[in-house]
Amino acid sequence: MDEVIRVNQLRKQFGKLAVLQGIDCSIRAQEVVCVIGPSGSGKSTFLRCLNGLETASAGDVLVHGVSVHHPRTNLDLLRSEIGMVFQRFNLFPHKSVLDNITLAPTRVRGLTAVQARDRASALLDKVGLKDKIHAYPNELSGGQQQRVAIARALAMQPRIMLFDEPTSALDPEMVGEVLSVMQALAEEGMTMVIVTHEMGFARQVADRVIFIDEGLIVEEGSPEDLFDRPQQARTRQFLSKVL
Amino acid sequence: MEPNLWFGWFRADIIAKYAELFWRGLQVALAVTLICIVQGTALGLAIGMARLAEARHAPARQLCKYVLRWPSTIFVSFFRGTPLFVQILLMHFAVLPLFINPVDGFFIDGETARSLKQNYGAFLSGVVALTLNAGAYISEIFRAGIQSIDKGQIEASSSLGLSFRRTMFHVILPQAFRRMLPPLGDNAISLLKDSSLISAIGLAELAYAARTVAGAYSRYWEPYLTISLMY
Repeated sequence: MDEVIRVNQLRKQFGKLAVLQGIDCSIRAQEVVCVIGPSGSGKSTFLRCLNGLETASAGDVLVHGVSVHHPRTNLDLLRSEIGMVFQRFNLFPHKSVLDNITLAPTRVRGLTAVQARDRASALLDKVGLKDKIHAYPNELSGGQQQRVAIARALAMQPRIMLFDEPTSALDPEMVGEVLSVMQALAEEGMTMVIVTHEMGFARQVADRVIFIDEGLIVEEGSPEDLFDRPQQARTRQFLSKVL
Repeated sequence: MEPNLWFGWFRADIIAKYAELFWRGLQVALAVTLICIVQGTALGLAIGMARLAEARHAPARQLCKYVLRWPSTIFVSFFRGTPLFVQILLMHFAVLPLFINPVDGFFIDGETARSLKQNYGAFLSGVVALTLNAGAYISEIFRAGIQSIDKGQIEASSSLGLSFRRTMFHVILPQAFRRMLPPLGDNAISLLKDSSLISAIGLAELAYAARTVAGAYSRYWEPYLTISLMY
């Protein structure tokens, strides 16, 4: 089993509030894992601990065997291998779509402007936005911005992609275009961890679904098992509200 | 020279006679202002960043707090919390003589110190005091500008593997700078006006020129109206 992420007894406190209370899990290469759970359950915090956007209070995360929270770890290097897509897109508003995508490949990977541009236009083609290459983020719809954000993350050719509620800030009619890009990515064999409220999507693309509540993994399993045959009362209760 | 009256009361001839003095004064005021804008902006950027310095792990974490954040906060509080006039006097009569003194200067002493103090003393202490003061105000502009940028921008940039330095220079500062331009402009204007305070320690800039002329003729409207217009 080629494990890419290993989470050991991960805990996170915000002051007195214990958001994560000891999470253990493991994610394999090419696996698509969806994380579901009620708001405030710690899903996003869990995801943000995976690339060190949040520091763990205790426990550790190993990505390809490298400890994320060790003081000597080169986080910049580690993060260049892990793409992340945010709920609020977080495109750089002062840069064009092209410059948003090429910034990191040229500065971090040392690509030439031409190479980076070729890569950017190939990726924009893939997410269906080739004609927007010179647009600025504020000229794009939410769904288009999120697809650019995905292309921007992919331009670093990451080995893992993290998605933090990628469709939660979108108008309903734009959710589909983003999900179909993500689905195509999953089919290509990308290792993905997705925090989502889209249960239908989770069922469709996930290899495994993790249900988190109150900072703990309550239940995990294949989408069929978790959605159709939940073992825990809390899981059933949550699913009855959202399905 | 015959008194040349404008509107029946304004002695334009006085101004004409001392035009050279006013012109030199203006040059000095502009020189002080320009030097202080450049140095103050560099200092302000450094101090603004120091006030925001944070690190994840010991010992850098403690280092940031005690070596960067605390001293810079004290610096800013002092220079924003005390009158610029007092700072200039303090700089000229207390601090600078410590460093440049014919008898026992830390940096420069002997004859060099004597002539330096005589010829450039007021200019030097004025520029240093005004630079430190401007640095304190500008650091707050930088800090506010940087903090006004959505945290998601830093997160997005660092999640792409960009280092903190690159995140600052390619993502945060370009956006912050646009928001900082109006307050930076305001700051430059007040710097020019504040440079008049340096006349108190004898720097021959605009306000000093006006005082000289006023003293010579016991006429006050003409010189001070003139420099007001020039400012």
